Amino acid sequence: MLRDVLAWLGETPWSIALHESLYMWPLTESAHVLTLALFAGTAAVLDLRMLGLALGGVPVSALTGRLLPWTRAAFVVMVVTGLALFYATPLTYYHSLFFRIKVLLLGVAGVNILVFHARTVRGMAAWDHADRPPRAARAAAMISLLAWAGVIVSGRLVAYNWFECAIQPQSAIVNWLQECPVTPP
Amino acid sequence: MDLLPLFEWCEASWLGQLVRVSTWLFPVLESVHLLGLSLLGGVLLVVDLRLLNVMLRDQPVATLGRGLHPWLNRAVALMLSTGFLLFMSEAVKCYHSPAFRLKMATLPVALAFTYLVRQPVVLRDAPPHVWRARAVAAGSILLWLTVAASGRWIGFSS
Repeated sequence: MLRDVLAWLGETPWSIALHESLYMWPLTESAHVLTLALFAGTAAVLDLRMLGLALGGVPVSALTGRLLPWTRAAFVVMVVTGLALFYATPLTYYHSLFFRIKVLLLGVAGVNILVFHARTVRGMAAWDHADRPPRAARAAAMISLLAWAGVIVSGRLVAYNWFECAIQPQSAIVNWLQECPVTPP
Repeated sequence: MDLLPLFEWCEASWLGQLVRVSTWLFPVLESVHLLGLSLLGGVLLVVDLRLLNVMLRDQPVATLGRGLHPWLNRAVALMLSTGFLLFMSEAVKCYHSPAFRLKMATLPVALAFTYLVRQPVVLRDAPPHVWRARAVAAGSILLWLTVAASGRWIGFSS
């Protein structure tokens, strides 16, 4: 079902045009990668502060209030450019093991943000100025750092074709994880 | 003087071949280089945007500059070491890449500007004059953006 929609999407003229373009695709990809500096970079600065590893003396609320809006704005750019890249070759990404890992880790990062804002932020006034915030805040920061690092690494590895469905034989587990359309011998 | 023999020697060297023949090493180094880009870009941008007075206005420049200085050094060290290994493994391709040449022309300027011009301004107790702050931030952003963008373009120019 989803695969059929993506197969149709990949046949639309704009998808083919983007996929085959000499400059649009690399420029979109460059924007996606360079925006990482603002998005993942500012998120990392906040995480390092919450881990007590950077910017001691700066209240955490100063960063969540004055830094996070930039992180969110950069995330919008990440999503827009990311969707455009996905739109260029939807089926390639659908069957990519690394892309599937990336989506999974995006989910982990998202749930972590929801939990952090629903639970940890509420008591923030008590440890706003602490050089080393409490365990729950440090855990959220560590999960965030690891999840986003994983998103970046798996995103980079999508470009490698080691597990590509078209290159058979692949192990059964790889074919299963990527839903490769292979006919059993 | 033609530098091609030097680049060929780099690629043929033990270190260059170690990365080149491995299936996993280049992608892993590339991934760590990308994580380094995120960190380096983040610690630079937070202070540069503060210098431009558009972020964290209630925090003194020196507080942010000092609090992120160790991470700036770590990120630069990570970028230079992984970048060096990536270069060694495909030095000849880099030799022929205009994007690589632009990056190598800009990188020393960006490093010199950061450590000789920007950091002295950022680490000083007294807040910088508004126009000096803007000039330093604009220089930093433009130089590092050129390094990053030309670096990304090396991969497209094959």
